[in-house]
Amino acid sequence: MNITLRVWRQKGTDDEGRLATYKLTDVSPDMSFLEMLDVLNEKLTLEGEDPVAFDHDCREGICGACGVVIDGEAHGPERTTTCQLHMRSFKDGDTITVEPWRAKAFPVIKDLVVDRGAFDRIIQAGGYISAPTGTAPDAHAMPVPKPDADRAFDAATCISCGACVAACPNASSMLFTAAKVTHLGMLPQGQPERASRVVKMINQQDEEDFGGCTNIGECAAVCPKGIPLDTISQLNRDLLGSLSKGVG
Amino acid sequence: MAVTGAILVLYLIAHMYGNLKIFSGQEAFDGYAHSLRELGYPMLPENGLLWILRVVLLASVLIHIYAAVALWARARRARPAAQRYKVNKRVARSYASYTMRYGGVLIALFVIFHILHLTTNHIAPGGRSDSPYERLVNGFQPEFWYVTLFYVLSVIMVGLHLRHGIWSALATLGANMSRRQGTLNAIALGISLIVTVGFLLPPLAVTFGLVS
Repeated sequence: MNITLRVWRQKGTDDEGRLATYKLTDVSPDMSFLEMLDVLNEKLTLEGEDPVAFDHDCREGICGACGVVIDGEAHGPERTTTCQLHMRSFKDGDTITVEPWRAKAFPVIKDLVVDRGAFDRIIQAGGYISAPTGTAPDAHAMPVPKPDADRAFDAATCISCGACVAACPNASSMLFTAAKVTHLGMLPQGQPERASRVVKMINQQDEEDFGGCTNIGECAAVCPKGIPLDTISQLNRDLLGSLSKGVG
Repeated sequence: MAVTGAILVLYLIAHMYGNLKIFSGQEAFDGYAHSLRELGYPMLPENGLLWILRVVLLASVLIHIYAAVALWARARRARPAAQRYKVNKRVARSYASYTMRYGGVLIALFVIFHILHLTTNHIAPGGRSDSPYERLVNGFQPEFWYVTLFYVLSVIMVGLHLRHGIWSALATLGANMSRRQGTLNAIALGISLIVTVGFLLPPLAVTFGLVS
């Protein structure tokens, strides 16, 4: 396959950045998108140019490190992570535009790499349980109804990749925060801090300069883990409950 | 946003009900309009409940606009102009959600015109009148096609605004659950269609000579 790439190049956070065009020949349809970028970087290195910086780690779709906007869609045309996207999803001769996640809360470090520390700070604000640690308890020591366990698990599959923010027209991180609130709020271990958790996480989200949610639904549509949009309503229910109890 | 929007939707439905009285003739329409002034009378002074409703509506509109401007400003801050995507693709967003912001501005301008036209009658295409029925009939005559056109476009914009707005308000108030998402969207679509058609019928009936 012959592919023309338009890749966002930005030297550092303060650099203005621009799209650079590269041509690749002999791209195999079986390559993953990241392998195709590896090929580009080998070529650039041999030509004495600076390789394109991009985040990646497991390349199995479970760590959430990779993630770029491909032709205007977070993680590209398939509903999976960028590493699990393959070149067979494109056609010979295609021009593909690759951009980083774009949000003020996710400053570009270099090229396609953004700093997602804002997500860590939202988690630090309340996305945890304060439980005594020790050996793992017996699986049946604390019964959890099956529908609750399923719902918690669906939300827990969030890998914090940031595609929701990248796709949101408001650059809101609502789906991410809502996934965490739903995940912990459905389980008995999450109950003691449930009321304060949602308030603290929302406050931190606002402080990080994420936008506000207007229920457009782009986030859930691009989420590689299929986090359902109804987690946002769960968050709003928890928030209304907390505020009416005077928490926060 | 959600609560003030809900108040305004309920008002729109009542307003639409009143408008449809046009098909019962001048007496019924004018009688209905007049009876609004006497709502709650003699418990409340004349025009009392009407003014209470007007204050509630005005407050709702102002809070709604304030919330909208705040959300818009936050979105601008969260993704500044310099960070816009060079290539952007809509995946799931509806056309209705796309129109929310500029559509809202258009609706606000329309409401001002609408009040000056049919409530205070400062703008009176086709002649002033003390009869609400005559104001309506005069204002939507075929020669004032531009008034009708603006009205039709604005009402369609209201319909789009409600299509996303009702769904969004329900989601914000916590009503959305996976198995309910289709139902909520159907409710939003249903109400917005009813309101759009209900508001389009009276002026179009005048323009096309069905009511005179």
